[in-house]
Amino acid sequence: MKQIFYCLIFPGFLFSAVIGLLTGWVDRKITARLQWRIGPPWHQNFTDIIKLLGKETIVPAGAKYTFLFSPYIGLISAVLAATYLGRSIIAPLESFSGDLLVLFYLLTIPALALMIGASASRNPLASLGAAREMKLVLAYELPFILAIITVIIRSNGAIQLGQIIRQQLFFGSNVFSFSGFLSFLVALFCVQAKLGIGLFDIAEADQEIMSGTLIEYSGLPLAVFKLTKAVMFYTLPLFIIVLFLGCSLSPLFLIAKYLILLAIIILIKNTNPRLRIDQALKFFWRIPTLLGVIAVILALFGL
Amino acid sequence: MDIIKRAFTKSIWVFHMSVGSCNNCDIETLDCFTPRFDLERFGIQLIGSARHADALLVTGAMNKKAVLRMKKVYEQVPKPCVVVACGTCACSQHMFKYSYNVAEPLDKILPVDVYIPGCPPKPEAIISGIVKALDKIKKGK
Repeated sequence: MKQIFYCLIFPGFLFSAVIGLLTGWVDRKITARLQWRIGPPWHQNFTDIIKLLGKETIVPAGAKYTFLFSPYIGLISAVLAATYLGRSIIAPLESFSGDLLVLFYLLTIPALALMIGASASRNPLASLGAAREMKLVLAYELPFILAIITVIIRSNGAIQLGQIIRQQLFFGSNVFSFSGFLSFLVALFCVQAKLGIGLFDIAEADQEIMSGTLIEYSGLPLAVFKLTKAVMFYTLPLFIIVLFLGCSLSPLFLIAKYLILLAIIILIKNTNPRLRIDQALKFFWRIPTLLGVIAVILALFGL
Repeated sequence: MDIIKRAFTKSIWVFHMSVGSCNNCDIETLDCFTPRFDLERFGIQLIGSARHADALLVTGAMNKKAVLRMKKVYEQVPKPCVVVACGTCACSQHMFKYSYNVAEPLDKILPVDVYIPGCPPKPEAIISGIVKALDKIKKGK
């Protein structure tokens, strides 16, 4: 009973979806203010989701059953990741050994779900988007793993979120060391690529391939994808905070850190143009991977 | 059902379709999203895919090749949706009425909900047309 409450209501689905949609509104509002516009009201993203529930769902001719199935896989894994993360912040001692790896895999599944759904829809632009998403996953996973390995080394080989939080409680946040700072930068770029915003809005390029992977979705499945994106928008900055800024996680500090991180991500999103997929691949395999390797070596020397 | 209808009026995603316009109406349509007018205040967004659309904004005098494509796009839009004829060309073919390559007016082919005349219509006129479309939805389309 308790587990179901955790999954569905408090750190899980309802809470993360609401906070994620509000985060999406903060993103849209700051973007609008930066462009000297006024921007939408706070309930805009909720309105969008409710409206999509009332629309017709069109399944393209010859689409496989995975077309309707994959949005839910993505949403469930994103919600599970949010639940794990929320529980390990509230009660760090309850976490089990290896939950960092579980979380890492769960955060990859929404991208896979997007690919499966797009390839099932039999649209050439959607398959183009799926191919780009696949290349993007190949590009950002390696530096992201390196950044996480740095954190694991810095907390004496613990692959447990509770241990990582406790380590930072005693010895200060990871970001205030050379290796921690380098891997924090790397993780910041990887988070943007995982969210697919700004620089790395490649798979879903609205202007170029007409929202690529989502092109054939309408109605409820589209709403589920939007919710998945919202939950990821809540989970990933929180994951970065736990890994690198986990010094004090009392609610006030947590919210302040979250908002500052969000502002940095949105500013990077708004001040940079979108990259081509080959540029993104080159970028990730050169600079962040190099920085990640340097960070791992520095962490091994205890810096 | 009422809350869904209210949500529909507060978040309209527009698919912008040109069926042979001179680009002037298209420029004025894009002007609605600039800082001066900023239609995103009301939740109105331009989107890339017809599958996500709530409103189909058609500009230009429809030529013979575009008729088939226009019908296909209309079938792809999930219902309920609003069709808006933007500009005098889309409303009544304007001065291209006797042209050799122009087919029927738009409302002979699609059920048009709102007409926005003007060559090109000002952004204010487009906003007023959208308000009329919203009123029509509220009264129960």
